[in-house]
Amino acid sequence: MTTMTIAKAINEGLRATLNNNPRSLLMGEDIGALGGVYRVTDGLIAEFGADRVVDTPLAESGIIGTAIGLSLRGYQPVCEIQFDGFVFPGFNQITTQLAKMHSRSNGNLTVPVVIRIPYGGGIGSIEHHSESPEALFAHTAGLRIITPSNPHDAYWMIQQAVDCQDPVIVFEPKRRYWLKGEVDTETPGASADPFKAHVLREGTDATVVVYGPLVPVALAAAEAAAEDGHSVEVIDLRSISPIDFDTVTASVRKTGRLVVAHEAPTFGGIGGEIAARISERAFHSLEAPVIRVGGFHMPYPVAKVEEDYLPDIDRILEALDRALAY
Amino acid sequence: MGATHLPSTEFDGTGMDDQLEAEAEAQLGAPAEPMVQLLDPDGTLGSDPVFSKYAEKLDPDTLRGFYADMAKIRRFDVEATALQRQGQLALWVPLTGQEAAQIGSGRASQPQDYIFPTYREHGVALTRNVDLAELLRQFRGVSNGGWNPKDTNFHLYTLVLAAQTPHAVGYAMGIQRDQKLAAANAVASVEAGQAVEPNAAVMVYFGDGASSEGDVHESMVFAASYQAPVVFFCQNNHWAISVPSSVQTRIPLANRAKGYGFPGIRVDGNDVIAVHAVTEWALERAREGHGPVLIEAFTYRVGAHTTADDPTKYRESAEESLWRAKDPLARLEKYLRAQGLADDSFFEQVKADGDELAAYVRKTTHDLETPDIRTAFANTYVEAHPLVAEELAWFEEYSAGFADEASADEASAGEAHRVQTDRAAR
Repeated sequence: MTTMTIAKAINEGLRATLNNNPRSLLMGEDIGALGGVYRVTDGLIAEFGADRVVDTPLAESGIIGTAIGLSLRGYQPVCEIQFDGFVFPGFNQITTQLAKMHSRSNGNLTVPVVIRIPYGGGIGSIEHHSESPEALFAHTAGLRIITPSNPHDAYWMIQQAVDCQDPVIVFEPKRRYWLKGEVDTETPGASADPFKAHVLREGTDATVVVYGPLVPVALAAAEAAAEDGHSVEVIDLRSISPIDFDTVTASVRKTGRLVVAHEAPTFGGIGGEIAARISERAFHSLEAPVIRVGGFHMPYPVAKVEEDYLPDIDRILEALDRALAY
Repeated sequence: MGATHLPSTEFDGTGMDDQLEAEAEAQLGAPAEPMVQLLDPDGTLGSDPVFSKYAEKLDPDTLRGFYADMAKIRRFDVEATALQRQGQLALWVPLTGQEAAQIGSGRASQPQDYIFPTYREHGVALTRNVDLAELLRQFRGVSNGGWNPKDTNFHLYTLVLAAQTPHAVGYAMGIQRDQKLAAANAVASVEAGQAVEPNAAVMVYFGDGASSEGDVHESMVFAASYQAPVVFFCQNNHWAISVPSSVQTRIPLANRAKGYGFPGIRVDGNDVIAVHAVTEWALERAREGHGPVLIEAFTYRVGAHTTADDPTKYRESAEESLWRAKDPLARLEKYLRAQGLADDSFFEQVKADGDELAAYVRKTTHDLETPDIRTAFANTYVEAHPLVAEELAWFEEYSAGFADEASADEASAGEAHRVQTDRAAR
């Protein structure tokens, strides 16, 4: 066991990938000498050279598009998109090309490209640097989307993403890059399957489903609720596509109440999908409507007011109160 | 014609000149810029200081082969258009007029090269030995990609314009890495008695319309930065559906290469000998590690954009006539006859072969099987996926409710279900 930050864990995970998989390579803007704007690839170019840690031209469609071409040649590129709000120039390549290549080739071609995207707010940044666009990708069949919330998961999930033969987007919770935790670099243990949700805290009165940056918030809310005598179960979804509905359903069958929280706007979001599925799967277990907590239907607001936009402990507690009132 | 056409001319900075030039090109169908041409519309072979040596290498069999290929793909085009008119294809994208650009460039490629087409490159597909009946699967609506690119190194058609251009550059970057690795292991390979893989390059096709897409720009930036072994082959057929090429560019497209820092060459796209020479030069250069080239094949889409298009709404028939006079087949026929390289019997045989191909394509198209939607479930992901499995299970249960209709498809359904189950079990 080693203690490290999420950023360092991803760095170590990428190092392990580059060491273990000779066909893997990293590509992105400023990922070489600088080590990426968040230093996630720090030191890797010195160790593996410029052919495997590739500083690309400043062009997201070009990054994803050339990564697709490299993967068609048998390589396994890991692309870094510098910020969430800058993935959109590459959106066409991701949704019309990467996601569909296996299907449209009748299974003949595989494009195991990994796309890393730092996402979410809470760091007081300027426009386009705090977004949560995961639902836009989750709607596209052919992609897989995972998001680690702690260093151990981060270390293993980045490697599991590269090992996966499908394209995988790894959304990295940027405000948690500096969150420290224990990492077992010997074995993934319970994190062996990146597409499985984890029950982080058991409870009996209500379930809170979260992922990525909101995991510590939900755990703190559950702690606060416990002081008020409410036993809250917290699930870290880990995978946004596919979603481990079995774990969520089992929890709701036990607790009867479900709150889903994410930073992304609630409208058309992952929370809505979970609410719909759970109402189909566990209707008779539900004691209350599924309640969503998330961003408002507005462009991500300016940094000085993002605290009013981002779900926090109180917002989750308020949602729990509403659920428990039924 | 001097060697000055290799790197394209400097932009002269006078907008009016460019505009006049573009208009002149549109009206006259003649390029104002230097253009590599070896075989003129009268069938006379000219000379070029750089490219004649490639033409001189062509033996009579190869030249006759160029003609046979062009005639074959034109006959195929006629047949596919007829199949669409008869309701056998949902859509057809005719290539008539562009045979020389496609056969000339395709025949310049080597088996180890990898080709990324747009969606009109039926002639290139022929040169890569793609089964032309398989190619029709996409237009019949039974597949989104009718062939396995690994068999021929001819990628699937890409319908999102220019999206394949960065794929080509990435593929070329992969070739670069492979060749570096092979060079590092060369001594060991020779000692182990293994054959050394020949160097490879990538060629990517797009049109004058797609040249406006951002992906072409990004691709050229990447290709130049990494000196990737890729040839950008732009067929300037003058029309992006209804919009003339003068709306896409105010300068000859080949000139854009200069801005990226690699050579751009405009070639007469209706001259199969020149297209072949220029492409062979560019591919060799790329394989040898000298980086990308942009080729602009100056040609014309004689027919409609697709069978759903109506060119009479946007262009003059006089313009079409002008280009028909530059026909790529006619000029090679004149040359072959004048040189005594082919006689009536050859052209009769070519026609008979074309009819045979048409009959084969017609027969095979009728027989193309409609896939089961279960194959779409099976091919969405490589690895097992719970949502796909859940939706498939629902679909099976739902379908079972229509027992009579379902029983006919039982055999194929069982097979597709088995594939999905096997994957789930992995």
